Amino acid sequence: MSSSNYDSACLPDLLPLYYRRLFPFSQYYRWLNYGGVQKNYFQNREFSFTLKDDIYVRYQSFSTQTELEKEMQKMNPYKIDIGAIYSHRPNQHNTVKSGTFQALEKELVFDIDMTDYDDVRSCCSAADICCKCWTLMTIAIHILDRALREDFGFQHLLWVYSGRRGVHCWVCDEAARKLSVAARSAVAEYLSLVKGGEETLKKVVLTDPIHPFIRESLAVVERYFPRYALQEQDILGRKESVDKVLALMPEDILFTICSGAKKKTLGQYFEKEIMLQYCYPRLDVNVSKGVNHLLKSPFSVHPKTGRISVPMDLKELETFDPFAVPTISQICEELDRPRTEEEKSEDTKEKENEKDAAERRKIRDYKRTSLAKYVKYFDQFLEKMARSWKGELLKKSDLQKDF
Amino acid sequence: MQFSSRRKKYNTNSQTELYLHPLQFYGQPPLENISLSEFEAFAVDRLKLLKTIENLGVSYVKLSEQYTKKLESESKALNFLYRPDADDRKSSGPTEYEKRRKDHISHFILRLAYCQTEDLRRWFIQQEVDLFRYRFNELHPKQKLEFLHRNNLQYDTISVEEKKALQDKLVNSSYAVSGITVEDQDFYKVPFQDALDLVRTRKVYLKAGYVFIPHQDIVTIVLNDFRTRLSKALALTARSLPAVHSDERLQPLLNHLSHAYVGQDYSIQKNVGKISLEQIDSLSGKSFPLCMRQLHQSLRENHHLRHGGRMQYGLFLKGIGLSLEQALQFWRSEFIRGKVDADKFDKAYAYSIRHMFGKEGKRTDYTPYSCMKVILSNPPSQGDHHGCPFRHSEPELLKQKLQFYKVSPSGISQILELVKGMHYQLACQKYFELTHNMEDASFSLNHPNQYFIESQKVLGGGKDLKREMDIPQRSQENSATRGPSAAPEAAANASQELAEVTEELDSFFQDA
Repeated sequence: MSSSNYDSACLPDLLPLYYRRLFPFSQYYRWLNYGGVQKNYFQNREFSFTLKDDIYVRYQSFSTQTELEKEMQKMNPYKIDIGAIYSHRPNQHNTVKSGTFQALEKELVFDIDMTDYDDVRSCCSAADICCKCWTLMTIAIHILDRALREDFGFQHLLWVYSGRRGVHCWVCDEAARKLSVAARSAVAEYLSLVKGGEETLKKVVLTDPIHPFIRESLAVVERYFPRYALQEQDILGRKESVDKVLALMPEDILFTICSGAKKKTLGQYFEKEIMLQYCYPRLDVNVSKGVNHLLKSPFSVHPKTGRISVPMDLKELETFDPFAVPTISQICEELDRPRTEEEKSEDTKEKENEKDAAERRKIRDYKRTSLAKYVKYFDQFLEKMARSWKGELLKKSDLQKDF
Repeated sequence: MQFSSRRKKYNTNSQTELYLHPLQFYGQPPLENISLSEFEAFAVDRLKLLKTIENLGVSYVKLSEQYTKKLESESKALNFLYRPDADDRKSSGPTEYEKRRKDHISHFILRLAYCQTEDLRRWFIQQEVDLFRYRFNELHPKQKLEFLHRNNLQYDTISVEEKKALQDKLVNSSYAVSGITVEDQDFYKVPFQDALDLVRTRKVYLKAGYVFIPHQDIVTIVLNDFRTRLSKALALTARSLPAVHSDERLQPLLNHLSHAYVGQDYSIQKNVGKISLEQIDSLSGKSFPLCMRQLHQSLRENHHLRHGGRMQYGLFLKGIGLSLEQALQFWRSEFIRGKVDADKFDKAYAYSIRHMFGKEGKRTDYTPYSCMKVILSNPPSQGDHHGCPFRHSEPELLKQKLQFYKVSPSGISQILELVKGMHYQLACQKYFELTHNMEDASFSLNHPNQYFIESQKVLGGGKDLKREMDIPQRSQENSATRGPSAAPEAAANASQELAEVTEELDSFFQDA
């Protein structure tokens, strides 16, 4: 069961098995087809694959679920990215008159990457993560999920673990998919509080009045701050990190504290600013802005860690452990386990009905692995969305008067 | 008089209705016949108005007192509507109805000229949005509400109970919203996609995908709507352009109109050879803008300039009238004093100078850089001396430089204030005023070569230069000098101008 068994050199052997028996194609298709409400939605979607030896191919598109399956099983991509829905089939984009091939719609997406927090975490840096700094992701998800639902009114959010050092959010509402570049960038800016690069010391500045969005976000940060920052990150434990904190405080406050005088009103929000600088989500606006931006697909494998990019059930967010996420070697191993008696008897029953057998076998396959719970959660997510599609289809058929 | 106007009204009913209102979204194109001369005159006037708006927008904060005053006087001078509730009986000259008709028609003509490329569209939309913003702002609150309803911006207002429930959130979302605002004003519930600027800057309360906007701020929404509609309309117009272009009477005019937006680009060399190389040193101190003065000084000191500097300065020199031979001699003699020998110069640098004059490669005649280009593109790095000193120099260094060039301390602090507010062209204009001992430069600076020409004018050498300038340049000048003292001249100028405009347009038709 240990994921330390994963070796990227094994990918050429593991990927075919993964795509043949484990990748949840029917759920995947169900998602991207969005109930067939819009014509050619799936057919005009761009996929990009990274193949062996870093060969990268763009503008892949497929007409049906079967075609998608066949192609993926043939190419065995190391990485899969999902792009936009275009005006024409992406794999025919060269035949289209220049200027008319355009990206039309795509989910609104967010990418939170742990490396963007390197200046405020002391336990790890760069691509490393640990359970201490993972709390930053938990905080980010709480804040963004609330804002996207309550402030923006979005309902169908899919949070996905990227496989190594971050999380992605796919906002799948119809209104979100139709947002313009300007709108996406406005949403991302609304959600941004930490600004500035290496030269900027103080990255969060609050002024009156404090917007309700900031208040809500602060409430989340304050919940986690004592345990996360003061204990786990121990930001006041070493001189070096204390100095970093002091650098964020306004000079007159420092003077006031040292001289023991009463607290002044200038720089009144410095405590909140410091907490936000250490904990508030840092998102890459460029990822969210572009309609044609390509983002790693859920259920894609991370070539360096072997972990599957799994959807995250927010009900279990507090106990989510990125190191417990199954790797491709792990789930392939689990497939090879001897079948139970129950499974064997089902096998014989099925030989009688060959048609659905392959499908059902595949379903039972992933159910035997640690992937099961993630696919189940994905199913629930799709079920919720499907109810909105039914409404759309009814509306459409009413308009066309086909009863 | 009244009878004939009533007869007019019967002919174009809906249009008449439209002209009863001071502001419109330009949703419906005009449906009447007009003469070619009216076609031209209307279009040219509107273009002048839009160019004024562009210049004012660079020089002043939009909707500030100076901005609105100047825009109002320009609108008046060009016979465009400017009074939201004008009373026809009182005014002499064109009636409000006629002005609104002109506004309507001229807008649609310019759509034809400005729909063709992305650049043209962007420019046209920007100026029209600014014009609209100004006019909407001038309306009375009641007229604003009327406008909203008439144009289907049926955003719902929230009930008094909901307002009370959200009061704290509303007050805390915006600096401008107080408890009193919430009590007194209606709040509109607007989908967030229609209020992106407010969302982006988090200046509004957002709940379940809707923002809550007080009546006083509804203008942002209206502007966005206007922009979107215009953008879509231009895309549609572009598709029907081939049909319009097939009309031989219109095509040359439309082409002329769309090229005019670029304004004076100093690409056509006038006064070639009128400046001798010996004059350059003294000219650099007297008539060069700071950026070019700096480049010239670096060149003299280091006997070298890097590529960015060579381009910016070299093209400027071309613009003031240096011939290719002069330019070659100028650069060569300076570079040779440095580390470059004659051979190397002829091999490496001479080529690029000839290139600048369009004598090599694809033979494009490169145009001297405008202020916008210098400020916005290719920022200088270590060892570079190009760029705009007001934008790219550290304020301390800029201060030292200005002191070295003997600008007064009070002048320097005025300039530094403008730089702090990011008004780089205004800072340069202030530098012009200080070095020429003038109160008001009376032009809006947007090009280094313009600086040079204006300076030469002030210093008395420029009668020849003035006559050779293009129409748009002249009209810009005239409108700027049309102050209280210029009133009697204005009338004479105007008719002279009109004659010249028609003359130039006539020649266009002949060429076509």
